[in-house]
Amino acid sequence: MPLVKNGKITADAFVCVADDAPIPADGAILISAARFLDDPEALSRRGGPTGVIWPNNRDVDDLVPYLDRLAVVALVFPTFRDGRAYSQARLLRERYAYRGEMRATGQVLRDQFVFMLRAGFDAFEVKKASDAEAFASTSKRYSVFYQPTGDGRITALHRRMQLRHSESASQ
Amino acid sequence: MYAYDELDRTLINERVSEFRDQVKRRLSGELTEDEFKMLRLQNGVYLQLHAYMLRVAIPYGTLSSKQLRRLAHVARRYDRGYGHFTTRQNIQFNWIKLAELPDALADLAEVGIHAMQTSGNNTRNVTSDQWAGVAPGEIEDPRIWSELLRQYTTLHPEFSFLPRKFKFAITASAHDRAAIKIHDIGLRLHRNADGETGFEVLVGGGLGRTPFIGKTIKPFVHGHDLLSYVEAILRVYNQYGRRDNIYKARIKILVHELGIEKFAKEVEEEWLQMRGSALAIDDSVIEDIRSRFAYPAYEKLPHMPDELKKAAHDPHFEAWRKNSVALHKVSGYAIVTLSLKPVGGPPGDATANQMDGLADLADKYSFGEIRVGHEQNLALPHVARRDLPALWRSLDKLGLATPNVNLVSDIIACPGLDYCSLANARSIPIAQELTRRFANHDTANLIGRLHINISGCINACGHHHVGHIGILGVEKNGEEFYQITIGGRADENAAVGTLIGPAVPYGEVADVVEDIVEAYLALRARPDELFVDTVKRLGVEPFRERVYATRQER
Amino acid sequence: MTSPLEQKKIKITGPSVVTGNRTWDGVVIYRTSARGWSAALSDAAIVRTSDEARSLLAESVADDVGAIGAYIAPVEIKDTGEIKPGNLREHIRAAGVTIDLPVSA
Repeated sequence: MPLVKNGKITADAFVCVADDAPIPADGAILISAARFLDDPEALSRRGGPTGVIWPNNRDVDDLVPYLDRLAVVALVFPTFRDGRAYSQARLLRERYAYRGEMRATGQVLRDQFVFMLRAGFDAFEVKKASDAEAFASTSKRYSVFYQPTGDGRITALHRRMQLRHSESASQ
Repeated sequence: MYAYDELDRTLINERVSEFRDQVKRRLSGELTEDEFKMLRLQNGVYLQLHAYMLRVAIPYGTLSSKQLRRLAHVARRYDRGYGHFTTRQNIQFNWIKLAELPDALADLAEVGIHAMQTSGNNTRNVTSDQWAGVAPGEIEDPRIWSELLRQYTTLHPEFSFLPRKFKFAITASAHDRAAIKIHDIGLRLHRNADGETGFEVLVGGGLGRTPFIGKTIKPFVHGHDLLSYVEAILRVYNQYGRRDNIYKARIKILVHELGIEKFAKEVEEEWLQMRGSALAIDDSVIEDIRSRFAYPAYEKLPHMPDELKKAAHDPHFEAWRKNSVALHKVSGYAIVTLSLKPVGGPPGDATANQMDGLADLADKYSFGEIRVGHEQNLALPHVARRDLPALWRSLDKLGLATPNVNLVSDIIACPGLDYCSLANARSIPIAQELTRRFANHDTANLIGRLHINISGCINACGHHHVGHIGILGVEKNGEEFYQITIGGRADENAAVGTLIGPAVPYGEVADVVEDIVEAYLALRARPDELFVDTVKRLGVEPFRERVYATRQER
Repeated sequence: MTSPLEQKKIKITGPSVVTGNRTWDGVVIYRTSARGWSAALSDAAIVRTSDEARSLLAESVADDVGAIGAYIAPVEIKDTGEIKPGNLREHIRAAGVTIDLPVSA
């Protein structure tokens, strides 16, 4: 499954560690939420970067105290139609100011890229290689956005107000 | 009329090109139907019994003559020459080919019409009062807020994959023509004691398998806070709404299971954390949207012009005028409702020729504007009263002057088993038979206001629960049967109807409705006691007795 | 539409066909014995046992580009050999709506 990061297909530096496998002392790892919450202090002291795979039915509030020590938060789309992780992503980025990598995992297709980018995702484990290859073009499909989110894209309402001001200034 | 600007047009075109790519990938086999289904639903494309169906949004029920002509063009060019207006200010084309859909959407996009989010588990077309902006006594034009919500909900990055579909309706009048109490979120515009404009917010209304009347979650949300409050509701729903069972996934079930107090508390907590966010609306934004709604330059005209006095001698004209013409907020003008319920016709259907003809009449008599109501009728919102006789003659030629608005033959009906892949029984032939039974205008007038609503299955697209008489098609051993409810209503006193007894077979539905109506005529306290009020006063028992007394043998 | 899971449970009680809608235009079609599709019910392959039905369905569902929503539907075979739809829904799919279409004069 190709990983798209910074708009490009990239080798995944993180290794998924199963719940029953030993945790390596260093190197970049991704572990389950349950395992992370079991002993977050110990995991924070290990040598390499740690990321957590956070299920979409658990409040992100539980993760908030540890956000500054996490290198990756991977949110899950068990199906295309299950959109809970969009809310989790926005809360993490916009309310709790999480700045690390936020990764979309699971059923990730090109038709969700724009929504995901707007919700704050910056890394994508894309289901199909053809979709990953189409990332650059697909993610630029839209140039107009109606809703303010934390991604900084200017909304249509504000563009209109700016246009209006520049018109009145030039008169 | 709201005028789309370059930004609105760009977004619609970008959506069309995205959908064109999705269709292309489907037809080439790159996407399986399983993958494509969600994508097509997000753009209003269903698969029905005979063909694909395209549902096109008519936001808050407002159309320009140019847009109506374009709908006629799509009906002619890509379909079979007609369209079906639905109970949610949409129009459906029943015979459209998948391969041609992108072209049809591109044609519609040229006049600012789209099919975004007319199906799928997202926020659907925002509906409103079809008399918005012209109804006397309205707080203010609810379409300004509807348009704000239309923009806010379109391609929302967080709420495009909700547990289930989500419908908004807005009214700004004391008499609710938008059926806000049967919507996921109903908004009633009003002013508080300080004279500020805001909304009573209702949540959790809906029909379908488990009907609920919406409950007030907050009596007053200031206009400035509308979007943040709505976002708080949607966020709570997106996270906690059930996804394990499609029949329990609507917000009404979450509200019911949590209780409105607990749900309101969750929403309030969420809202307090974000009400000052970028979603706070300042007055300049509202003014910007308001400025793009053009209102006609009304003239100073007499309320009772000579043309009208003269036409009053024609009983046919008078029958139509009394039935179809309503007071306008501007003296000398009228709101004219056009019945899409001709005797023997399918409710809500209009041919391409009728649409073109009506577009011409709108240009001539209604400042180029047409409205679509949830009762599946159309309206011309700005007709000078002196033009009423001439308009009536032209409408009559188009078959759009049936004088039965709000009467027993003004029936709401879903497409039913004639078209719909979900239906268990037919709706349209039942409606047609009822319009024939009650074709006599004097009888219909004697009966007075009576709404019959028919759905071909439990999903309730025909709003049967809230019909004064509701008819629900079910299947029993391969035969079509119909359950009859009475006492429902969809207005400000919305209520779900009560079942009167066992389902009756297809061939007996019209007889049963006639029996119910005859019982009402015999039981009503005064000639002006409406059917629904008689049912409220007496309960269903006398009606049940009347219907089943002669049908016990079966 | 019937999901493949439900289809596995299907047991037919009489002559049946496999039907769906043509992907590019949505037209009602029936699976033929020549591993193709036809818009005419008279061309449909008739199956009489649950095993036959399941295997015809499996082959039909595999043609995802040709048809969508394939499922098993009952038919009646007249003495003349003519194939008739087995219920009202299938009758409407085969013969069209039971009402007059609104037409533009």
